[in-house]
Amino acid sequence: MNDLTEHLTELIRRAATDLPADVEAALVAAQERETPGSTAAGALDMILKNVALARQQSTPVCQDTGTPIFEVYLPSSASTREISEIAGRACAVATERSYLRPNAVDSLTGKNSGNNRGVDYPTLHFHEWDEDRIKVRLLLKGGGSENVSAQYKLPYAPLGAGRDLEGVRKVVLDAAYQAQGKGCAPGVLGVTLGGDRGSGYLKAKQMLLLPLDEPNPDPALDALERQLLDDINQLDIGPMGFGGRTTVLGVRAAAQHRLPACYFVSVAYMCWAVRRATMVIEDGQVSYD
Amino acid sequence: MHRVTIPIADDEITALHVGDHVSLTGVLTTARDAAHKFLVETYIQVDEPTQELSLYEELKGILKGGAIYHCGPVVAQDEDGAWRFIAAGPTTSIREEVYEPEVIEHFGVKAVIGKGGMGPNTLKANREHKAVYLSAIGGAASLIASAVKEVVTVFKKEEFGVPEAFWVIRVEDFPAVVTMDAHGRSIHAEVEAKSKERLAQLVAG
Repeated sequence: MNDLTEHLTELIRRAATDLPADVEAALVAAQERETPGSTAAGALDMILKNVALARQQSTPVCQDTGTPIFEVYLPSSASTREISEIAGRACAVATERSYLRPNAVDSLTGKNSGNNRGVDYPTLHFHEWDEDRIKVRLLLKGGGSENVSAQYKLPYAPLGAGRDLEGVRKVVLDAAYQAQGKGCAPGVLGVTLGGDRGSGYLKAKQMLLLPLDEPNPDPALDALERQLLDDINQLDIGPMGFGGRTTVLGVRAAAQHRLPACYFVSVAYMCWAVRRATMVIEDGQVSYD
Repeated sequence: MHRVTIPIADDEITALHVGDHVSLTGVLTTARDAAHKFLVETYIQVDEPTQELSLYEELKGILKGGAIYHCGPVVAQDEDGAWRFIAAGPTTSIREEVYEPEVIEHFGVKAVIGKGGMGPNTLKANREHKAVYLSAIGGAASLIASAVKEVVTVFKKEEFGVPEAFWVIRVEDFPAVVTMDAHGRSIHAEVEAKSKERLAQLVAG
């Protein structure tokens, strides 16, 4: 158990102090699109320098190390309670080692728990599967981007957005406009069509774990992702909201069944620091990705 | 690149315009949600401050001609008890919009550093009291922490928690961009207005 705590701490360290290759590549591509010498290009330059420095020093990419969200895939023989306990311990160890900022605040008293443990904190979701191995995917999602996430109910009269893909396009554009640079643009949008208010937001957040450089297997959703990426980048909000050609790095969309009466569109905004990491435990061996 | 040293004189502020890159050196304090609420409720919206008076004197000294950084850092403590900044990017500033104009006026703050920009009330306070809003690059936390040379002291750490405490730090060549100046211009307002037009076009198809 101690070993697993140490392995999960290592997963947290990797997520907090480095970015996945697809995200860094998207940031490099964004920098190449901006006009040399512009404020936008300067912002991306600092972002890329910071990513390199954080990796080299093993220090957090961003001081808001966010809510740790663990998605755990496990066989029926594994204990969800045990994994939850170990994940909580790993958060406390990672806090001691300054990989995580103490981020869990008691909503009644305002007191910070000091170790990233608390009521429903960290967040864990479990998915039972047929494989013998355990896979843990971790997303660290900061507060600035969480604050600009949004949920719409179609039809949405202010934009003339109806209950169809065109309506979805309009409200997601509006979410990106409302966010301006406040969610640390250029970010990534996880979008869910349908579901209920809870399931839609959760799925939208889980979409942020997907790589940016893979097409969506559903052709309609793939087309929507591409259209939204193109449209949002015409808003000229740019890196940090300084104006510029890249407002989002990517859009990942999913659709859920919904009630006949409800058509929600949930938009989970992730800052440019898309901190995700994966760990696999198989036959007592641990590997990271 | 404008090299600016704290404390900052009024004519240095009026020389700054939106889009200017600034490199800041001197002693400043972090302050975010709990700290701003505390400043306003304890010292400003009262007839006469009666509580936390020694802290009041300390803060007046730091903030007169000084700078506030909207930041909740990741810190580490050495064995001798000294604090170090590990990661220290800016937090979203707009949450302090309700407090900041009064803080600028009361304490004579010259520079507010954060991310995402602030609203019309802070822009007005900038003009009236000769102050600027500087954008640091959100998320550039390890890079910015390398500009923090010393943690001078910390106030309210136990009560507010690490992210919300007043961390008084000495910075050297802290990189930022002027995005709201003392002449009434705000890049944030301009980008928002332009993106609103673009949104209308894109929604109309």
